[in-house]
This record gives sequence, C-alpha cells and structure tokens, in this order.
Amino acid sequence: MNQSTFLQILPFIILSAGIVVAILVEIFTTKGKALLPAFFSVLFLANSLLSLAQINVSSNLYQMLALGGKAAFFNFIFSIGALIAVMSSVNYVKKYGANFGEYYILLASSVLGMMLMAGALDLFVVFLGLEVMSINFYILAGINRKKKTANEASLKYFLLGAFATGFVVYGIGLIYGSAGNTNLNFIINNFTRLLKMPLFVIGLGLFFVGFSFKIAAFPFHMWVPDVYQGAATSVTGLMSTIGKAAAFSVLIFAISPVTFNGAEHIFRPYFATLAILSTLYASIVAIAQTNLKRMLAYSSIVHAGYMSIGLAAGNVYSVAGIIFYLAAYTFMNLGAFGVIAIVEDENDGKTDLKAFAGLHKKNPMLAGFMALFMFALAGIPPLAGFFGKYYVFVGAIKQNLLYLALVGITASLISVYFYLRVVVYMYFKDEEEDFEIKTDYPGMFAVLVSGIFVLIFGVFPSILMKLITSVLR
Amino acid sequence: MSLNVILFFVLALIAAVSSVMMITRRQAVISALFLVINFFALAGIYLLLQAQFIAVVQVIVYAGAIMVLFLFVIMLINTETEEKFLERAKSFKIFAIAIALLVFAEMAYAILHAHPSALLPKISENVSNGTIQSVGKALYTDYVVPFEAAGFLLLSATIGALILAKKKFD
Repeated sequence: MNQSTFLQILPFIILSAGIVVAILVEIFTTKGKALLPAFFSVLFLANSLLSLAQINVSSNLYQMLALGGKAAFFNFIFSIGALIAVMSSVNYVKKYGANFGEYYILLASSVLGMMLMAGALDLFVVFLGLEVMSINFYILAGINRKKKTANEASLKYFLLGAFATGFVVYGIGLIYGSAGNTNLNFIINNFTRLLKMPLFVIGLGLFFVGFSFKIAAFPFHMWVPDVYQGAATSVTGLMSTIGKAAAFSVLIFAISPVTFNGAEHIFRPYFATLAILSTLYASIVAIAQTNLKRMLAYSSIVHAGYMSIGLAAGNVYSVAGIIFYLAAYTFMNLGAFGVIAIVEDENDGKTDLKAFAGLHKKNPMLAGFMALFMFALAGIPPLAGFFGKYYVFVGAIKQNLLYLALVGITASLISVYFYLRVVVYMYFKDEEEDFEIKTDYPGMFAVLVSGIFVLIFGVFPSILMKLITSVLR
Repeated sequence: MSLNVILFFVLALIAAVSSVMMITRRQAVISALFLVINFFALAGIYLLLQAQFIAVVQVIVYAGAIMVLFLFVIMLINTETEEKFLERAKSFKIFAIAIALLVFAEMAYAILHAHPSALLPKISENVSNGTIQSVGKALYTDYVVPFEAAGFLLLSATIGALILAKKKFD
C-alpha cells in the first residue's frame, strides 16, 4: 500500500478509529460522553472535506473498495448528513431518554456501513456494509427501551430487515454460483454471457427485491410507517435519508450493466411497477395522515418511487438525476426531521399536525425553515427538490418512458396537498396546544445547515450537477 | 475405489441419515443431538475437500458453541405450546414441503446445469488451500476489507445486545 492509497482510505480509518476511541472514552470516563457529539461532529466534518478532496481520484483497495469518484461523492453526502443528524440529536436524545454514549457510537458505525456500501466493488462488501448499517439502525430504532412504540419499531424493523437481507444473500449466492466470482466489475464485464443463465437472472431479481425493501418502495414498504413513527426522530431522519442513499448507491451500481447491455426488458418492468405503485399509493395514503412523522414516512415511499423511475430509465441522465435527488432529499428531509425534533417534547405527543398549528407565532424562524423544507419536498422551484425530480423525469423521457414521467408528475401534484397542509397549519391556524419550544442551538444549527444546502442546490443546481457528471464519467 | 471415495460415501450416508432423523424426532433435544452428528459428518466431508480450517471451525463453532446455545434455548422455552400450535396449523406442513421441493429442484438444476465444480480449485494440486495459514493470508491481504467490516459488524451487535439487554441505566 503506498502513500496515496493510505490518504484515500483515510476517511474509513478516521471513522473506524473514532468509533473505537469513543467506546474507550465511554467506558473509562464518566463525563466523557458529553464530549462525544462534538467529537463525532469534528470527525464527520473532517471526513466530508477529505471525501470532497478525493472526488477526482479513481482507485481501489484490493478490488474490494472503490476509492474516489462516485464513492467519494456518496461519502461526502453521508458525512454531511451524519453531521446534521448528530447536531439535531444533541438536545433531542436528552428529552427522548436516550442520552447514552452508545447512541453516537452506533450512529457512527451505521455511517461506516453506508460508506462500505457506496464503495463496494465486491458482493461480500455490499452484504457486510448493508448489515453493518442495518444492525445499527435496528438498535438505534429501539434505543429507548421504556417506549413501547420504539420497541415495536425496533422489532418490526429487525424482523422485516432480516427477511430482506435473506433475499439479498440468496440472490448473492445464486449470482456467485453462476458467475463463479463475487467481484462486481467481473460480473458487469461478463453480463451478457451471464444473462443466459436462468439462475443468474433469478439471483439478480432476488438481489433487487431485497434492496427494494431497504429503499422502502411499495409493495415492500409495510415496515416504513411504524418504524419511522416509533423510532427517535433524529434516528428516523438518519435512516430515511442517508440510509436510503446508501441502498440506492448499490442499486445504481448494480443497475448500470442491466441497461447498458441491452437487458432492459428483464428488469425495467420491475422498477417501473415499483415506481408507479410507490408514487401513486403512498401519495394518496399520505393525505390521510395526521401525524407528521407518519406523513413523512409515506412521503419517503413516494420519493423512493420517483427515484425508481430513474432506475427504470437507467441512462446516464437519470442516474445523475437519482444522485442529485438523493443529495437534495437528504438535506430536505433531515431539515424537516430536525424541526420536528426541536418541537417534539418528552411525551412524543408533539409530532401531530395539531402541534404545529400556529407555529409561526411561537417561533417564526422554525416555521419559516419548516415551510422551506415542505416546499422543497413538494418540488416547488427554485428549491432543491424540484431539480431532483426534473433531472429524473428528463432521464425517463429521453428513454421514451413518457408514461413514467407523467405518473411521477401526477404523484407530485397529489403530494403538494399534504406538504402544503403543514404550511397552512403553521401560518393560518391558531395555536391548539399551548407549549413552549425550548431553544436548542445545535438543533437550530442542523436545521440552518440543511436549509442552506436546500437553497444552494435549488438556486445553483449546476454546481452539484457538474460534480455528479464528472463523478459518473 | 480409493479411500477418499469410500470415506465420502460413509460420511455422506451419516449426514443424510442424521438429518432425516433430526427432522422426524418428536423431542427437540434429540433432534438437536442428531444435528450434532450431522455437523461432525459435514466436518469430515470438508476435510476430504482439503478445507481443514473450515472443518475445524465447523466442529468448534457449530458443533460446539452454537449447539450449546440451541440446547439451552430448548431447555428454557416451553416446547409444549409450540407442539399444540403445530397440530393446529396443519397447512404449514404443506407450505414447508412445497418450499423444500422448490429448493431441491433449484439445487438439482444448479448441479446439473451450472457445473458448480468448475468454481472449486483443483483439489489434488492445492493441498495447502484450506490450511489456517493460507486462509489467514487471504484474510489479511485480499479480503482485509470484508474482514475488518465483519469485525465492526460484530462490535455493533455486541454493543446493541448490551444496550438492549442491560438491567439498569444510569
């Protein structure tokens, strides 16, 4: 290993060494755990800058881990997303009753799993990264054992997640059996030959089904509403954004040979069905939700559907669109969950839409940011969400999949209703519940950072798009 | 017939018979003990394939640690309620048989069509293939990334088990 390789794997080394150090701090000091949020914030900040600096590199570690390029871009998103999540956790976990050092250690470990997934060049690493991420999410979802909803969320997530992982592993088994190799580049180079084997096609299908669970697309979405509502708000923010981005990073890699080798006819119908069902079903069901976290859970299914449109199209434009969308969605959704985390109180009763009534009188700044995130999620220009959708739909139209773009546009029109309803509640309704919102500086900082990114990506989408197209080349 | 082939058939017979015995016994403890025999027979087959390390791990981890866990669980849980449940739900049996047949058909197809033997290294040429030394060398060079990742997976799982099962929190 030479010096440059060492520099390129530095983000991994920093994060894993940080986790081990944090465990020791947590064990041997009594006051040390108060430092952990700051410690991990610095770590994630360093990692995001390091990843950004390596975007033009193209290298790999033992043909197992891609360094630089797309992986570095995803690592940048993960690190910034994790930084925001840590910030909005600091005060939130205290009132939620989960102020353990382990909380931050598990959070950082889940990010390590995501980084492995985004950089994976081998099915081994895909699987291990997926498990490192998922196991930490299962635990984080139920970290407060006294809350029944959290227990339910954790168990449901664990059982269905393990079921989904079963699909992935079975798929990997069949792929290995027919290809004789677990290296992804080998599989991609021999794709047309392998496609003649029925077991390979079945294996790839199972692999995609397993990951459809992880991206939370209809009909594999049953766990999403309960888990997103039951888990701690900061954890929900984490798993609905960068967790989803990690699953998509694998799907994007796996989908590339499918569409470039004339095999669209096999998996395009699958992703198209996924896209149509997710967008239409979840956007209609979301209208009936009165709990904000539950509503955002359905909204996350809708967004998985939009991105599946990009997977079905599978050309360079739509893949770039998905990556843009993931980046934008990360900041919109983390911001929205950050606001909920600040408003929410000890009895987690304040996640209802009613609690947001008249928010602009109580805290105009918070209400303003929430409105910004809701507009962005609804896809109203010139915010980040609009351009995410735009690029994905353009990709679909270039592939002559006009019907998918139309379905996507219909779903976004329906979803405007439930996003704007939140804004209406905040600005045009009188307070229904009388409670005070405590000042939460780290939480506000997280919301502020998300808001700035949503605005930058919305007003100057070309900055991000140039970066993504350079990475995809 | 060489000694290898004779040994293979003996071990295969033991493995097959013990697994049939395992799923037909009424008492869970006896089933578990037949599973131990099955594990040992499999370990022997691994040895014949020059996979010494896997054979040792099979005995230590599966036949040792995991079986002890199984036996403890069987002793701790109440098997009677489960038996009643199984008697009520006869349709489960059809479902189970269907899945077993499906998996069998798939394996038969894979063995007949996909030539899995092509995946394996030539056994006679590579005697040192499965020794601890060569496995360790592979783990710390080509497979160092998955190896470390697995380490972190276990670390997270341990922390999770502690935090979810610890008696008291400060």
